[in-house]
Amino acid sequence: MEHSGMLQVRPTARRTPWGKRALMAGTLGWFALLVLLPVAALSFEAFHSGPLAFLSGLKGEAAAHAFWLTIWTTILAVVVNTIMGVLLAILLVRHNFFGKTLFDGIVDLPFAVSPVVAGFMFIVLFGPQGWLGKWFEAGGVKIVFALPGIVIATLFVTLPFVTREVVPVLREMGRDAEEVAYTLGASRWLTFWKVTLPTIRWGLIYGITLTTARALGEFGAVLVVSGSIIKRTQTATLHIHQEFTDFHYQAAFSASLVLGGISFVLLLMTEYWKKRHKEA
Amino acid sequence: MSPASTKTIAFRRIPSGDALIKIAVFSYVGLIVILPLLTVSLQALGQGVFKIWEDVTQPQAWFALRLTFVSAIAMALLNAVTGTAMAWVLVRHDFPGKPFVNSLIDLPFALPTNVTGLMLVVLYGPVSWLGKYLKTQGIEIIYAQPGIILALLFVTFPFVVRSVQPVLMELDKDIEEAASTLGASRFTTFRRVVLPHLMPSILTGVALAFSRALGEFGSVVVVAGNIPMKTQVAPVFIYGEIESYNPRGALAVSLVLLLVSLLILLLLNRLQHWGRERGT
Amino acid sequence: MGIAVQNLTKRFGDFIAVDHVSFEVEQGKLVALLGPSGSGKSTILRIIAGLEEPDEGAVFLTGTDATTWPTQKRNVGFVFQHYALFKHMTVRKNIAFGLEVQKRPRDEIRARVEELLTLVKLDGYGERYPSQLSGGQRQRVALARALAPKPRVLLLDEPFGALDAKVRQNLAAWLRDLHHQVQVTSIFVTHDQEEAIEISDRIVVLNRGRVEQIGKPEEIYDRPMTKFVASFIGHANVIEATVQGGRVLAGDPGLGRVELPIAADNLESGEAVVLVRPEDIVLAATMQNHDLRGVIVGIRYRGDVYEITLEMSGISLRVSEDKDRFNSEGWKLGQQATLTFSRYKFFRAEEGHDALRERLRNLGYIE
Repeated sequence: MEHSGMLQVRPTARRTPWGKRALMAGTLGWFALLVLLPVAALSFEAFHSGPLAFLSGLKGEAAAHAFWLTIWTTILAVVVNTIMGVLLAILLVRHNFFGKTLFDGIVDLPFAVSPVVAGFMFIVLFGPQGWLGKWFEAGGVKIVFALPGIVIATLFVTLPFVTREVVPVLREMGRDAEEVAYTLGASRWLTFWKVTLPTIRWGLIYGITLTTARALGEFGAVLVVSGSIIKRTQTATLHIHQEFTDFHYQAAFSASLVLGGISFVLLLMTEYWKKRHKEA
Repeated sequence: MSPASTKTIAFRRIPSGDALIKIAVFSYVGLIVILPLLTVSLQALGQGVFKIWEDVTQPQAWFALRLTFVSAIAMALLNAVTGTAMAWVLVRHDFPGKPFVNSLIDLPFALPTNVTGLMLVVLYGPVSWLGKYLKTQGIEIIYAQPGIILALLFVTFPFVVRSVQPVLMELDKDIEEAASTLGASRFTTFRRVVLPHLMPSILTGVALAFSRALGEFGSVVVVAGNIPMKTQVAPVFIYGEIESYNPRGALAVSLVLLLVSLLILLLLNRLQHWGRERGT
Repeated sequence: MGIAVQNLTKRFGDFIAVDHVSFEVEQGKLVALLGPSGSGKSTILRIIAGLEEPDEGAVFLTGTDATTWPTQKRNVGFVFQHYALFKHMTVRKNIAFGLEVQKRPRDEIRARVEELLTLVKLDGYGERYPSQLSGGQRQRVALARALAPKPRVLLLDEPFGALDAKVRQNLAAWLRDLHHQVQVTSIFVTHDQEEAIEISDRIVVLNRGRVEQIGKPEEIYDRPMTKFVASFIGHANVIEATVQGGRVLAGDPGLGRVELPIAADNLESGEAVVLVRPEDIVLAATMQNHDLRGVIVGIRYRGDVYEITLEMSGISLRVSEDKDRFNSEGWKLGQQATLTFSRYKFFRAEEGHDALRERLRNLGYIE
């Protein structure tokens, strides 16, 4: 700061370190309290009887079955919603058709619907008395309270992620490169593989990661639609819920950390790759 | 070459590829999203508006809805402030471990909702030392309203932060510097220059958080339980009705939640347009 | 042979982008589609490439009706204004793309890519990525990529539009030379008339979706056939005049009208317009009795010419003189000078000056 005799000098326009520190402390403190503390508490409880106890919590047929079910459901949901998600994104960005804006909104609907309501809708539609369920029931196929129901509910809640991440990237890319590829003789399929896909790569990967995390962690919709039948229709999250309500805390905590951990690591990895790639 | 032909029949490119894609995508979205939503809505509406009103205003349902909205609003306001502050700190400040903290923000996205509830019970429940201590102070978190808000704050934490962050990053510091040369204090600059610029993104984050909070099930049902007229939020109420084979109650309240979700989606759409017009 | 379009028409909703356009491009020639924005030139190019479908009309490539062919089958090379290079591929991979699609043997591809790198003077840049190249270099890669699969036709959409003036000039000349070497039938779209005149064999002037004139650059420049062409090529001075008693008079009656030295077929009385290009007005200091004279009211230096604004009986005229001439004459503000028109264009304006002004305004002559 300069002093020039009689002139009143305005203080330099910089937040005083005190204010800055207070903001940082307050904000980070809030975050730590709200988010980190519970996670720490869970980790503590899960491990506080030792790593062996932690692992023992993951033993048992119910746990094994639950995790397998979750993994298969997740893989299915990711594969289907990745393909459909990309197709949807292409339709929304590169094509024009009647009702396009409406359709755009529809894709976002699963975000807005409560998981319980989602599960409920599928019961109404595919349950034994449901509009479509009736026909399946007559054919001896169970949808609700069985695997198909779980898969469909998971497909619903994970539908928007890939599309939402791919659409902006696709839009930014523009058509020029694709059109050039056509002039060079590439079919639309080849162009998609060699030109479009590499360009939307990161958006797609991020969308897939979000889809995976959501599919792994879906609770409400699957609870309603599956009936949570142990070793039959219990996913990992339902298994955790079961163990917790049965007071098998170690089992619940161990499974929770594993499930949450997988998702979190996936998210971290994606962020890391993305940053590395951007700097390259 | 033949002399100029006056007209060539407007030709159609072979549409098979395009049409197939459209059919596949529309059927998929129709089956997984549109049909179930329509079914449930029609079935609910089929009862007649009076019946719906009756079911909705029935004391338990009405309480659940009110509790849900009040909690969601409280959470939204808190998140608007803390989320913006967090985004600010992440973008404008530097501290050790910043990239790590940045990734941690996504934790709530990675964790299954019932695990969130579980963690909060572990931390604040009647068995933990913290919970016992709070009880002596007369503060009840678990199985009480504060727990609900805490759970909602947790699961929706990333929404506002992630919505504001990119906009803040793009904001040129020049504008703020210009304001300060014109005599504005830091606070005034923030209030009159930065905040309006961030408003669309803050509102978007809040709308997303609010929408999510209305439908939140897993974390709330674990933390606050299912005590009618005390800690039962709308999604939990719906779940209760489904489990007791009372679809009518479930339908009515589901319809209300769906309608509100739709309104919020429309609002979000408007917000995005607004943001785009202002170049944010 | 070469390229021909017949009666092409394309509408976007109510807007007619291309209005019954027909022209031919001889095998091996380089033709410019010249016109302001909105004239439909890019649309025509895209129709030829198959990236747009015409509502009416036909496209002939080397004699065959290709109107219904998908882009992939047309074997056209296309260069975009913003290069549209495949950012995730090296220069070499970009150039090789078309050949790989054709499933050519690897050796052949390698050889051809080298050949093209040399052709566009980018030897040694093969392993670079587009992000590591300058604008001009990127455009050369785009060209190499388009030429690699030996297209029957080369289409360039404002190829130098995204480059700065100096690079543009160099590249334009270089394209001309390249075309001499490669001899592929080419069409390029531009709004820059200097570019068009400098490098093309023929020019198709377009305005609002219609063909205004087709011809060699000299023809277009020297003998514009419509008002639009005359004004678009060069910056013509528009002089409103009245024909009376066989004389063409212009200027403010209050200041004393002047007679323009016009020789025309139709000198019946009525309204008319005379177009003279700045470079076609010659100034001299020596006065002779029946010369047109005016006062210099403005002098501006632009690159290597001087733009002199002259006032003559209330009419403002732009004259351009090259540096050397200007310096030898030593023009100053306020000085008087005589004018001679070395070339001009005379149009009758039946509908009266106001309506004509309106038309000229619509055509973009005047604001």
